[in-house]
Amino acid sequence: MTWVDTILQGLLLGGLYALFATGLSLIFGVMRIVNLAHGDLSILAAFLAVVVVESLGWNPFAALVLVVPLLAAIGYALQALLLNRLLGRGILPPILVTFGFSIIIQNALLETFSADSRRLDPGGVETASVALGSQLAVGWFPLITLAVAVLILVGLQLVIGRLSLGRAFRAVSDDQETAELMGIDHRRLYALAMALSLAIVAVAGVFLGIRTTFTFASGPDRLLFAFEAVIIGGLGSLWGTLVGGAVLGIAQTVGAKLSPGWGILSGHLVFLAVLLLRPRGLFAKARRVA
Amino acid sequence: MSLLTVHHLSAFYGSFQALFDVSLEAAEGETVAVIGANGAGKTTFLRSVAGVLSVPAAAVSFAGGAVGGRPAHELAERGIVMVPEGRRIFPSLSVEENLRVGAYRRQSGRWSLSRVYDLFPVLAERRRQPGPNLSGGEQQMLAIGRALMANPRLLLVDEISLGLAPAVVKGLYRVLRAIAEEGTTTLVVDQDITQIMGLAQRVYCFRKGMVSLAGRPAELTRERIAAAYFGL
Amino acid sequence: MSPSAAGAGVRVERTTPASRAGLVVAAVVLLALVTLPRWGDPSTMRILVEFIALLVLAQMWNLLAGYAGLVSIGQQAYVGLGGYALVVLADDLGVNPFAAVPLAGLVAAALALPTAALVFRFQGGYFAVGTWAIAEVYRLLIANTTALGRGSGRTLKAVFPLARESREITTYLLALVIGVAALAAVYTFLRSRYGLGLMAIRDSEPGSEALGIDVFRTKLGVYLGVAFGTGMTGALIYLNLLRISPDAAFSINWTAYTIFIVVIGGIGSLEGPLIGTALFFVTRELLSDFGAWYMILLGALAVGVMLVYPRGLWGMVTDRWDVRFFPVQRRVTLDPVTREP
Repeated sequence: MTWVDTILQGLLLGGLYALFATGLSLIFGVMRIVNLAHGDLSILAAFLAVVVVESLGWNPFAALVLVVPLLAAIGYALQALLLNRLLGRGILPPILVTFGFSIIIQNALLETFSADSRRLDPGGVETASVALGSQLAVGWFPLITLAVAVLILVGLQLVIGRLSLGRAFRAVSDDQETAELMGIDHRRLYALAMALSLAIVAVAGVFLGIRTTFTFASGPDRLLFAFEAVIIGGLGSLWGTLVGGAVLGIAQTVGAKLSPGWGILSGHLVFLAVLLLRPRGLFAKARRVA
Repeated sequence: MSLLTVHHLSAFYGSFQALFDVSLEAAEGETVAVIGANGAGKTTFLRSVAGVLSVPAAAVSFAGGAVGGRPAHELAERGIVMVPEGRRIFPSLSVEENLRVGAYRRQSGRWSLSRVYDLFPVLAERRRQPGPNLSGGEQQMLAIGRALMANPRLLLVDEISLGLAPAVVKGLYRVLRAIAEEGTTTLVVDQDITQIMGLAQRVYCFRKGMVSLAGRPAELTRERIAAAYFGL
Repeated sequence: MSPSAAGAGVRVERTTPASRAGLVVAAVVLLALVTLPRWGDPSTMRILVEFIALLVLAQMWNLLAGYAGLVSIGQQAYVGLGGYALVVLADDLGVNPFAAVPLAGLVAAALALPTAALVFRFQGGYFAVGTWAIAEVYRLLIANTTALGRGSGRTLKAVFPLARESREITTYLLALVIGVAALAAVYTFLRSRYGLGLMAIRDSEPGSEALGIDVFRTKLGVYLGVAFGTGMTGALIYLNLLRISPDAAFSINWTAYTIFIVVIGGIGSLEGPLIGTALFFVTRELLSDFGAWYMILLGALAVGVMLVYPRGLWGMVTDRWDVRFFPVQRRVTLDPVTREP
């Protein structure tokens, strides 16, 4: 029975991972960039939420109202002012620049907040649980996280599939030069995509901070898990990202149950297995490989 | 009244000069033909007008204002819309989505989705299919329809007949005639001159990046055209 | 190195005046370095070992990213694997610790093969993250292995019988040999036809394929060679430090330092990493009290260089003065005597 519980926990953890993965996947789909500072930006959001909570006394959920737009603005500026200048120069510059940002953000957080671990306290909801049947109990917060992840995915799917903006994203991703001819300014669109990605990442970061403790150095693992979830699920599929997150989460919880030091490693090993056996992921439909 | 005026345009790819002192005029409502052999500079010329290639501001005047070198998306908003060489429809989008993307800038005018479907019934039939499923001729129709959705003041069509069967090309020229009758100023580039001479009010022939002949089709003899085209 | 006759009236030059002068300077410097144990002190030797280690790491990463176009942020895997291989070879298998250093490089190269089988499925940014994921796997595997000391690591005991001074001198001389050998190897490779093929791949992969260059094998060969060099350097580092732990050996900082060194110094040139390493050490001495600010400064500099002057400090020098100490190009010049009228 506790195995069922473990798997359930892993599934819900997958919701959080899907949140991290979605932002990464969006950027890669539209602009073919991997933002190596992805995880660190989510931790930045968590620390910003700490500042809001400590200085204004707000609940962390309420802090989202400030943190999400702030991260979106940072994303827009990052793309418009810096990353857009690297367009057309190959794969090296964006990797190196975002890697540089990753290091800068981590060290800036270290300087500002010291190496202490922090946590966001939403006043009880994170420990409350709901009973499923007579023997299972599930935490409210992990459920909320999964629900939010699904909601965001649905919303994103709608934008990409139905809205004019979503069509523009896909057109630019297909053929940037021809999209220009339609009046689509790809630079502005990229900035919007980055803003959207970081807005999602902000939610992920705050939810992470509520769920567990974090430090200035927590960013890189977030990027890794996001990446693994995307690859497991398959490039080009948003729902695949959710499944990928779930698979990763379950691998980690099951591994941790087998042996405490093996939680994260199990996730990595499952990722490697998928890479070996089904390199295109479980639901791949992308025309291009990474 | 002249809608588009190109003054002494010289264009370069890096240090390679592709256009030498090209001048051209298109009056409002006119259809202008640009003909010439492969490599003559026709596509380079069209790309310069559309804003894909960077050129001096004064080299291109549109509706009275200097627009040379403005980026393509800005010119599209001003009403200069190009149907690119090779169709270049978006593979991730369906037929209808391709058309809707054309209207990204939401210009009002006589062309709407239903009117484009009237013009190209075959597109209406295949509206939900992915763009790449279409044949070459249908893709060309889609590309033209997509451009029309932007309600252009100046429509640029690059290499309209490239890779298409003669019967298909005839149909496309019927469409161009219908578009011209609506009053849209059109600049058409083609290597095949048989159809285009019957449609255009003015013809420019390019050779080696220069205008080798210009005039009204009725005034030009076959010999003069052949000489200007091939440089004999 | 002599000009070859490529045809009547045309010469192919492979050396430059600067490189010929540089060779003389290098010989003098090398002489000074070799005799250092006589006139220098141990702390200088230790710093030089560190310098050489970082320089070799930088040259390796530069070869991989700047020439082969493979941007890896997981090279720390081979630093760690090389370090641990040293400890296992020397302590557990009784190999002479100094001889174990190049052997550790071979171990790293051997493990690079299955690693490549996995990461070569990716390209570009995802390749980068993939290499890092694998480095993390190695770190966690070792951190969970009791025989390797788990999280607290191990101490290199095989050197204990040696007198401290002779150990330090031998380590230093070994570092010199490795440094010179690595530089010479990279330089020779790039001047060979394989190096030419690599640069062709860097400029255009499809074009190179069309010319018959086996892109995959060339890239794989470079990846394995770099793993060897990186692993050997990792062993050297821990021969110098004597204590290894998974978090330190597999730290992303190895990659961060080498990337910043190469980017700021000048990527895609052999002189760049040399300048970058020197700059790195100088600034570290100046800013040693400032901890995290030092990394922020380096990061900002690297980002700035990428945005403003992507070819780095050395790029600025060559653009101004067209000087090359390690010429890998071939210049075609017309022979004035036999030029056609």
